[in-house]
Amino acid sequence: MKSEFKQIANGKAIARDIIPHLAFDEFTHEVLTIVGEGGKIVQYFAYADGSAVNLLAVLRTDKRLLAAGCDVPKNYPAFSAQYEPFHLFEREIAEQFGIRPEGHPWLKMVRYHANSRGVSDVFGNNYSQDIPGNYNYYSVEGRDIHEVAVGPVHAGVIEPGHFRFNCIGERVLHLEIQLGYQHRGVEDLLCNADVKRLPVITEGIAGDTAIGNSLCMAQAFEGLAYMRPDAGARIIRTIALELERIANHLGDLGALSGDVAFLPVANYCGRMRGDFLNMTLLLCGNRFGKGLVRPGGVCFPLTDENRKTITERINELKPQVEHVIGLLFSTHSVLSRFEKCGTVSRLDAEKLGLVGPAARACGISYDARRSFPSEHYRLLDINENVEFTGDVYARAKLRADEILQSISIIQSLLKNHIKTECVVRGSIHPAPSSLVVTINEAWRGELSHCVLTDAAGRILRYKIKDPSFHNWNGLAMALRDTGISDFPLNNKSFNLSYCGFDL
Amino acid sequence: MLNILKNRFEQGYRTSRYPKEKIEPTSRYRGLPKINSEAPSDMVMQCADACPQNAIDPQNKMIDMGRCVFCGTCERLSEGRFVSFSRNFELAVSMKENLLTDGSLPALSLHARQNFKSLFGRSLQLRQISAAGCNACEADLNVLATPFFDMARFGINFVASPRHADGIVVTGPISRNMKTALLKTYEAVPSPKVVIAAGSCSLTGGPFRGSPEVSPGLDSLLPVDLFIPGCPPHPLTYLHALLTYFK
Repeated sequence: MKSEFKQIANGKAIARDIIPHLAFDEFTHEVLTIVGEGGKIVQYFAYADGSAVNLLAVLRTDKRLLAAGCDVPKNYPAFSAQYEPFHLFEREIAEQFGIRPEGHPWLKMVRYHANSRGVSDVFGNNYSQDIPGNYNYYSVEGRDIHEVAVGPVHAGVIEPGHFRFNCIGERVLHLEIQLGYQHRGVEDLLCNADVKRLPVITEGIAGDTAIGNSLCMAQAFEGLAYMRPDAGARIIRTIALELERIANHLGDLGALSGDVAFLPVANYCGRMRGDFLNMTLLLCGNRFGKGLVRPGGVCFPLTDENRKTITERINELKPQVEHVIGLLFSTHSVLSRFEKCGTVSRLDAEKLGLVGPAARACGISYDARRSFPSEHYRLLDINENVEFTGDVYARAKLRADEILQSISIIQSLLKNHIKTECVVRGSIHPAPSSLVVTINEAWRGELSHCVLTDAAGRILRYKIKDPSFHNWNGLAMALRDTGISDFPLNNKSFNLSYCGFDL
Repeated sequence: MLNILKNRFEQGYRTSRYPKEKIEPTSRYRGLPKINSEAPSDMVMQCADACPQNAIDPQNKMIDMGRCVFCGTCERLSEGRFVSFSRNFELAVSMKENLLTDGSLPALSLHARQNFKSLFGRSLQLRQISAAGCNACEADLNVLATPFFDMARFGINFVASPRHADGIVVTGPISRNMKTALLKTYEAVPSPKVVIAAGSCSLTGGPFRGSPEVSPGLDSLLPVDLFIPGCPPHPLTYLHALLTYFK
């Protein structure tokens, strides 16, 4: 069947009037057909254009990106009644624009804030009162059932969120995750703030994904200004994204090891993670890569001396990383805790629409670097990574494999001596009445930004989707029928973003 | 077992000798900004206009380290002739007005409250509260526990319960949704207690300033003893601040 959706390209702007604007019935039919045939949601959100409120869906099939929009109907029947992956997107639309999805299986707040249209709140909340926590959690009743409430302030040095466990003895029947504590109003700020602030704001969406987010932002404005960074900049950006992946994966392997009380690997990984952060520091003066990427290119060159230093450090570190990973996966006390812990079946992963390492650990090989390559990835041959057991072991093993692959990618890129013309501040002059969608495989999975501009070239809507938006429910599923003491282990094997989700 | 020993041997001893021995960060690291007051005013204006954080006061030729995210735009634009960032990571101040600087900061140790030194000099237990932080600040606080920095050797630790803490370290611009949790955690810490604001967000709202969902800084809610600038502050900036202020 020929789709009414328009095929678009990652990072290429197109005029908004080319995007099909369908009647709602037709839109529903198309969306449900594409998703029913295995299509996935990249973006699905509402936006106001003058007095009208529209919906826009960006879906992906195997290697195609498809977009179409529609008016918001008077009665909006929830798509999530049929397909689970819409569940959070529809809650978000309800919260941001006051559009009630009729028949939604579990309609509740996402980030606890008033909608932008000033219409009555779908959840009946009064936001001048303290709302977080003031909510009836899903509860299980019966003899021997008990609840454990954790957060928003956790025991460790981590971000806030609330976890509510319904347990029978040590066994978790159900985990409800309620976030929103980190909400900073990022999407609205990106529309209203002086454009010179945009790079700095996007770098702060999630510090551990500063490169991922700033790449999505820069590619969006490059698309909207019809410019392309030079080959040297694309190489530096690719190196930076891979360094970010290594540092995070390595840190999490250490944390996982610490959680099963195997301290040697915990300490070695903590130290080696720092060494990779210090390579990013060497590159741009910031351990998280803040200040490196700007629309048009990068602010810092890779000199021959930098190349030499980073190459030497990687050559020294690579065997250490290999040996420590080898130690982790050959230690019986570690394996006995990792294996068969927090299993998510492939079927559940498909149904929930998981992405990134969490999905690849369940046998779903999707990797945006392969399917929608940006930067230098078009010229690279990225491995198809996949594990099949869907447990903590699979998530850890997959990330260990990705660390070693990313090291090889960086090593090969460092041999390339193409120079770059650095940008001083990065210009943001978007084309009017346009749409751009950017996708990158950040370390947690598919990260996407979508920018719509109005007739004057101002930002009409800035939509951000962190991979965690797809994956938090995967963690909840992993905990079902798992011992509550294995929660930290499962949590770290996913290590999802609170601030990237809360925005 | 043999494998564990082999790895232990390969990893070696990694703990730095800071503060006994100085550490020099890599050349692109941007630490304490130095202002050239002789810079022509059109250059100063150009930098002030371009600064994404509006951190430059062009009249007085000062830079507000509370707002600054150390992106280096002003240094690149002026080619170092108005602002240049040094490799000095000693950035913390105990009074907010000192964040507005021309590159000279008062000695932190002289401004430290003496009773804090006697109370917490030998043992300082801190509760970290992330109040809408992007987790870069949190991550670089966390690394203070890794072997290189090893903060515990100075008797400083992060603890799980505010009841066990001598004070709080707050990161993030304090979102509307975290305000109550933050204040409750603060109340749960026994007095006398210290309050440390870490990172541009908790100092001034940082990149998110102006959003109705965040606060203009921790000091609008609680009395702050120590301000640590950066986006995020380098782990050595944290370590220097804690050691100088409390030891």
